[in-house]
Amino acid sequence: MDFFSILYYRFKKVWKSIRLYLVIAGPGLVVMIADNDAGGITTYAATGAKYGYHLIWFLLLLIPVAYYVQEMTVRLGAVTKRGHAEAIFESFGAFWGWFSLIDLMFVDWLTLVTEFVGMTAALSIFGVPAWLTVILVVLLMSMIVLNGRYWTWEKIALGFCLLNLIYIPAAFMVNPSISSILGQGLIPNLPGGFNNELFFLLMANIGTTIAPWMLFFQQSSVVDKGLQEKDIKMGKLDTFIGSIITVAVAIFIVIVTGTLLNGAPIDDAATAARMLMKTNHYIGALMAIGLFDAGLLGAICISLASSWAFGEIFGWAHSLNTKVKEAPWFYISFFITLATAGVVPLIPGAPLVLITLFVQVVAVTLLPAALVFLILLLNDKKTMGEYANTPLQNIVSTLIVVMIIILSTLYGISALFPNLFK
Amino acid sequence: MRMLKQFIRKIREINQRYAKPKIEMSKGVSFSLAVLRVYLFVLVLLMIYKFITVL
Repeated sequence: MDFFSILYYRFKKVWKSIRLYLVIAGPGLVVMIADNDAGGITTYAATGAKYGYHLIWFLLLLIPVAYYVQEMTVRLGAVTKRGHAEAIFESFGAFWGWFSLIDLMFVDWLTLVTEFVGMTAALSIFGVPAWLTVILVVLLMSMIVLNGRYWTWEKIALGFCLLNLIYIPAAFMVNPSISSILGQGLIPNLPGGFNNELFFLLMANIGTTIAPWMLFFQQSSVVDKGLQEKDIKMGKLDTFIGSIITVAVAIFIVIVTGTLLNGAPIDDAATAARMLMKTNHYIGALMAIGLFDAGLLGAICISLASSWAFGEIFGWAHSLNTKVKEAPWFYISFFITLATAGVVPLIPGAPLVLITLFVQVVAVTLLPAALVFLILLLNDKKTMGEYANTPLQNIVSTLIVVMIIILSTLYGISALFPNLFK
Repeated sequence: MRMLKQFIRKIREINQRYAKPKIEMSKGVSFSLAVLRVYLFVLVLLMIYKFITVL
């Protein structure tokens, strides 16, 4: 074969792989980018404002952490064709099953409330009243879900994922010093030494990178999309690309707040957007739009994670490929979760700070259990066959899981007892 | 009332369906589940303590 024939052959091969990837891409990208939800944006904004570019190296470490945990759900979903809730029920029995399902229901609902808080705060910057935001979001999300096709839902969700990249132009608009970013951000350091405040922020960053709903969502999404064992390689690539994008977005948020709001006290992302508006109207507006999109994306995934899990256990039809008549309970549970969570921020004097703290505490009860179940399931050679964890995968994933459990537990306990680590 | 009865029947059915764990209860699995139980028990105790002291 001559040079051009070889080149053409290679191009065809690469193009075929890209087309295959585009067909399979979705669950990994959506779950990873939705991971940058309203709470996540607040955490990154606070990290940049408090420590400038100094913790960028730490965010980069979260790429393998997120990837190794989430890729296990791809293998588990593609091989067993069961969601995470069903897998726990079947493998570990009703006790652990109910524990996970009820805990998931609480965590998802509470997290959903925080997403609505983020969305209403973001649009209030543009003068949109909270009640209107809630109604619009519930209507929009119902329309997205009710179209009766997983494929369409996924493409719309990917569109919102694209909007999440809004922080990238925002970071370029603030004209950050590249040498400072590289010099301060890429060399591991602990600004101001290891103290309680830094520890809390590091834990918050880990807590927002791996959340319980993500495990349940991605596995169910893989099943609903109909990924097969042969698709695992591309599913893993999808997850890997997603984990890079989610951390990249986090870094760009840190760059924005680290450049313009360095040293400013940031309690939530909406406050950051308001403060940014005083400096540069457009950057503040981008921050607010990004926050709304993050909340919306988080809400889309979280509400579905619960509905899928309930459908799996109660035996209801639970696919986005079904119409309302075919899967009424799936859509009713989706709507009830969404609407009840949306109402909470509208209640005058609702304990929103308490709810935010409670999310962290309840998540700590579910996350370790879900992660332990995940590793045990991936070691069940009878079910997983050649896709079971290899010894190396076990070492890496166990180390990551143990680290997440320790840090998230400390995070939860510090939320319960704020003075304990002072 | 009928719906509640149906719901209870469904819960019973689920409990029966998943009564026996299918995973092979090796020493590693049993140990992990035991540690998880202790972990959750301690966490629940901490939450109850916090709840009582706040009240």
